[in-house]
Amino acid sequence: MALNFADLEIVYEELARTLDRLSPSEREVFLCKLSLLMARDLGDLSRVQAMIQTAQNHLETL
Amino acid sequence: MRPAGKGAHDSLYFTYPAFTAPDRAHVLAREGCKVAIVGAGPVGMFAALTLARFGIASVLFDKKDTFNDGSRAICVQRSSYQALERAGAVKPFIEKAYGWTMGRTFYRGEQILEFEMPHSDSEKYLPMYNIQQQFIEQYLWDAVAASPLIETRWCSEVTGADDTESGARLSVQDTNGRYQIEAEWVLAADGARSAIRSMRGLRLKGDNFPGRYVIADVQMDHAYQTIRRALFDSKSNPDKTILIHRQPDNIWRIDYQMPDGQSEEEAISEDNIRDNVGRILRDIDYQGAWELEWWSIYSANTLALDDYRDGRVIFIGDSAHIVPIFGVRGLNNGLADAENAGWKLARVLKGLSDERLMDSYSPERRGATLDVFENATKSARFMTPPTKGWTVMRDAALSLALDHEWAGAFANPRQMEPFTYTDGGAVLSHTETAGSVKPGAVLPNERLSDDAYLSDLLGNGFTLIVLEEKDPAGLDALKASLLGLDPELECITSGHIRARFGAAGLSRLHERLGTQPGATLLIRPDGYLAGAWPTCVADVIVAQATAAFGRKETH
Repeated sequence: MALNFADLEIVYEELARTLDRLSPSEREVFLCKLSLLMARDLGDLSRVQAMIQTAQNHLETL
Repeated sequence: MRPAGKGAHDSLYFTYPAFTAPDRAHVLAREGCKVAIVGAGPVGMFAALTLARFGIASVLFDKKDTFNDGSRAICVQRSSYQALERAGAVKPFIEKAYGWTMGRTFYRGEQILEFEMPHSDSEKYLPMYNIQQQFIEQYLWDAVAASPLIETRWCSEVTGADDTESGARLSVQDTNGRYQIEAEWVLAADGARSAIRSMRGLRLKGDNFPGRYVIADVQMDHAYQTIRRALFDSKSNPDKTILIHRQPDNIWRIDYQMPDGQSEEEAISEDNIRDNVGRILRDIDYQGAWELEWWSIYSANTLALDDYRDGRVIFIGDSAHIVPIFGVRGLNNGLADAENAGWKLARVLKGLSDERLMDSYSPERRGATLDVFENATKSARFMTPPTKGWTVMRDAALSLALDHEWAGAFANPRQMEPFTYTDGGAVLSHTETAGSVKPGAVLPNERLSDDAYLSDLLGNGFTLIVLEEKDPAGLDALKASLLGLDPELECITSGHIRARFGAAGLSRLHERLGTQPGATLLIRPDGYLAGAWPTCVADVIVAQATAAFGRKETH
């Protein structure tokens, strides 16, 4: 079940505050650790792989 | 600011009036007034109209000789229309303003969100209307000038506000000289840079957000609906934000975050304004001619006084609080402040309530400000992220929104419904609730026939709505008791509603309010629900209403 928007917003804000506390090099490692933790909990390899593809969309700057 | 060669009030579409100071003999002859209102902007004028609505006279002071320059606050929300209607001033707004219900947000030129503001057939007015502040001031001024209860003194700067035993003594400097005038109460509606606030040694507290915005008005024949358009990371303003709003008289508000590398001074130079606006208009595919009308600059702040009341001085509008514009709550909350302070002060001055009723003003309206801060802070963090963390998250949400509709919700401007009051003493929060409506909330509206809404039935003062199937035995005695509390009390019963709108009208009302037969509601003069009871228990209603709004035994 997808997280509702209000909860998603809490996640958004916690992530923003956490990123602000970390140094640039820590941020990358933190986000990868978080991804692995979430992937393990999700328990579905093909969905994780699809998300890895989706998250790469539109990364280029204008 | 206006283009080179134009005067400060030299507009393409609006003729500013030129006021003069009042006659010297007249100001020297008048020693005192009940209420002095400092600042004849929209909030001060609306406060005067609200007092006049209850028969209270006031004197309005403003140091300017005309209205505020430029379009400034352009979004007037539904609850403000209802307040304007109560003050008898809404008609010209209906004729002039553009109503709207929808917004679209674009990221890198692609639409990522289309939102509808809450609206239904039950409502008399649309959620939002766009109209330039000059027109707002003009229409309020027309009503002020027509009122025999309001005396306006233009070109009159209040330079002192000292406490006296019975109120305050104002020192005034006008073009003819100085004088003093006594007032029982002072409403400080003198704006963000309030001189009264400084004179009283008070300071706004809170936060400033980074990011500067330029607002520029252009006149052009642009074919696009009246909606809120927001553009993130567009070709014309990379990494930055743009808001576009339509206003009457072919005026368009282009509101853009200052590009990187431009100082404030550079950003507001006419050449840069023309460059930036031209680039944005090309970006939205507008090819035609346009004329630059007016521009200004602002930043987002969440600042408020700790207490909106300082003895007999009451702060209303921007003098009490400064909110980010993204929630369109600056003017709208100012009007709500004016109405809240106005009806309460009128009761106190008429001897219907103790001065204690004024104690409820600050908790109610400051509560509304803090609620705006919370929502507007979210909007401001999205529009102009203050740090790396908020920037990364914003960019991630926008990037996801290109493929996923759910992520677009992060870009919603959160233009909210009116605040629900919980404390302060002017809401009977300890009463039981009746149906889905809670004391402290704005009474929902309902369409009862083709040309009548529930709000049309409400009186000028308090309104008692008794939804018993048959008029209860003690109804006349209840009305008589409540008339002592408010001689203007209006009483609406199920019988009235059934007779005028049929059984269908009555059941529609019950459905809207979520009430059962028997429910009894007390509505305040500002349209807020003061109390609600599941049955019409007269002695309880009278006791609670008297405790909250009545006058104590004199000592």
